[in-house]
Amino acid sequence: MAQSAAVATARANRRGEAFSWACIAPLVLVLGPFFLAPLLAVIAASVFQTDGFGGMTPAFDLSSYREILTSGLTFNLYWETVKFTVLTWFFSLVIGFFVAYFLVFHVRNRLLGLGLFLLCTIPFWTSNIIRMISWIPLLGKQGLINTALLETGLIHEPLEFLLFSSFAVVVAYVHQLTIFMIVPIFNSMGRIDKALVEAAVDAGASRFDVMRLIILPLSKSGIALGSIFVVSIVMGDFFVVKVMSGGGSASVVGAFYEDVGVLQYPKAAASAVLLTVVLMVAVALILRTVDIRKEITR
Amino acid sequence: MTNDDTGMTKISKSGAKRPSRRSLLKGAAAVAGAAVVGDPIRGFPTVWAQDIKDIELRHIGVSYSVVQPIGVQASKDLGFKVSMQNLDTSAAINRFITQPNTVDIADLEGWQAKLAAKRGVIQGIETKKIKEFDNFLPIFTKGELDGHKIPRQGISPYQALYLASKDATELHDGVSDWMTNVPQVYNADSLGYRPDLIGHPVTEWKELINPKYKGKAAILDVPAIGIMDAALCFESADLIKYGDKGNMTKPEIDFTINKLIELKKDGQFRATWTTFEQSVSLMAAGEVIIQSMWSPAVAAVRVKQIPCSYAAMNIKDGKEGYRGWCNGMGLMRHLTGKKLDAAYEYLNWYLSGWQGAFVSRYGYYSPVPSTAKKFMTDAEWQYWYEGKPSPEIVKDPFGQPMEPVGTKRDGGSFIERVTNISCWNTLMDESAYMNKRWNDFKVA
Repeated sequence: MAQSAAVATARANRRGEAFSWACIAPLVLVLGPFFLAPLLAVIAASVFQTDGFGGMTPAFDLSSYREILTSGLTFNLYWETVKFTVLTWFFSLVIGFFVAYFLVFHVRNRLLGLGLFLLCTIPFWTSNIIRMISWIPLLGKQGLINTALLETGLIHEPLEFLLFSSFAVVVAYVHQLTIFMIVPIFNSMGRIDKALVEAAVDAGASRFDVMRLIILPLSKSGIALGSIFVVSIVMGDFFVVKVMSGGGSASVVGAFYEDVGVLQYPKAAASAVLLTVVLMVAVALILRTVDIRKEITR
Repeated sequence: MTNDDTGMTKISKSGAKRPSRRSLLKGAAAVAGAAVVGDPIRGFPTVWAQDIKDIELRHIGVSYSVVQPIGVQASKDLGFKVSMQNLDTSAAINRFITQPNTVDIADLEGWQAKLAAKRGVIQGIETKKIKEFDNFLPIFTKGELDGHKIPRQGISPYQALYLASKDATELHDGVSDWMTNVPQVYNADSLGYRPDLIGHPVTEWKELINPKYKGKAAILDVPAIGIMDAALCFESADLIKYGDKGNMTKPEIDFTINKLIELKKDGQFRATWTTFEQSVSLMAAGEVIIQSMWSPAVAAVRVKQIPCSYAAMNIKDGKEGYRGWCNGMGLMRHLTGKKLDAAYEYLNWYLSGWQGAFVSRYGYYSPVPSTAKKFMTDAEWQYWYEGKPSPEIVKDPFGQPMEPVGTKRDGGSFIERVTNISCWNTLMDESAYMNKRWNDFKVA
């Protein structure tokens, strides 16, 4: 009797295990060939030797890493990229947080709130590149803003910092990426029990206290998720920097793209591996501040 | 990358428009002659229409050289399909080297031909099968033009054109029976500027770094050629004398980049550009008044009714001169049998004149102008090749008016422009180091 029960349990376990495998199979099938394999190829390429003309010979040569890690250029590139990342992260967080806050707590009608939320995604229907390029006629020397300021007599020389500058890069990034903050923050705020806010107000909390002591801590998971999106996208991008800085600024990815252009594959691969490691550390740090798994299943 | 694709979109988009009836008839006649009669003396195999109609050739390269309407015309004339694909310079060479089997005809610059040969991804092209080979300008067969030696700073087309055998991986100096590629289009690059704002004709590269134009200048951001534009400027300003601008030593690279960084910190450059379209919009939007530029980009600015001139950079005292470039078609090694025959037909079609006339209408040149001339009007020939005032309105390849009667081409005649080329696009031996230093300039 007991034995057959044990067998049944074992069979059930096995079936459960098979079910789990079936559940993750699609993800494994996608991640294996499209993420893991290329990543391994890049890691392998980063320790190969090259003849400088695109030919590679298998080896275990760490000279590419040595070159990157001892170069002042790497430091400057990361400094530049991190600067853009932090600025973009900060502005998209502030804007994203308040937009989500408004949609969740100030729009009383839930349906209207959802409708407005969908409105936020409309700019997303056009391509990134178009959204970025459309800033150029606005910010240029003879652009709309400069023309308007010149004609109202507020300035006498066009403001050059508006375009082809770090300012322009950050504007374009914030425009592109704020939606990645709004969505997860909106989602986590939506799950805050409104009664909690009412209770706090009844107990004499000011609006600022409610924000600081209730909403902010309870939106942490959304903020963390949004931050991961923004940080990884900005650090992994080069095109916005290239166009909006007018080529006046470089980025980590832009630099190794150019290495690929002159067929320096191992060095480009080593730079890519380094960036992956840096990003993993950044994501790990973000995740340390909040237990996303717990928050999401809350 | 996506951005360079825009290079010639203007040309591609309006490509549906018909070429003139005259050129169409001529083209059809010439091709019919070529395809049906063949060349009995050289024994060129005649490929029959029924065998070739299923063939598709993929011609891949940069947008200013691999141009959609040319592929459309070729397909029409040849009876098999030619599909054109555009990639930027670095994506193209990476594709040729890492995925050679996805390409049939590789559009190569001299340095790319050298690399492709070295990697063994292309096969030698038999000069005997190239009908117009004997009519190539001596630039390509002797390394000279009009008695003038074509300089070898950088990599001149002649240097990268020949192989000792079909499967050779090293270049051969001097004419042989095998070519790395069939040259198809070339030009001389210099600076574009706003004559109304600069106030005098620009004939020296150092104008680009003139402090008068602080914040109103731009330089090309393709490291391999941007650094040559910078070198031409610094030589012009007597800051340095290079051994070979096309193959700098490390100290020369350091000097050049440090000087660029200094200029950048002083605010000389408003921007840098990487694509044809970017250079047009920088100039047209009034962001810059002088910059590295390509000849059709200057024309594109002028079409917008904005005055823009192309600097005539004739060589003076061993300084100045244009930066030349040349693209040619290489046959990938995997081509065999009928497909290879079709590819040879395609190469021969390219040199038969229609394409040469087409590219000349935006300022580029054909390696066999004698065939291109047959497809051009006398007025076009006088304007584009002879540098004479145009007796008619100058029209672009699609018949849109570009210049009024009496306009003379900036820089003058073909001979004058090409013999004043002082260096050629290239990839330096120290390219890895140069690239790293170029990024120092970018991030400074």
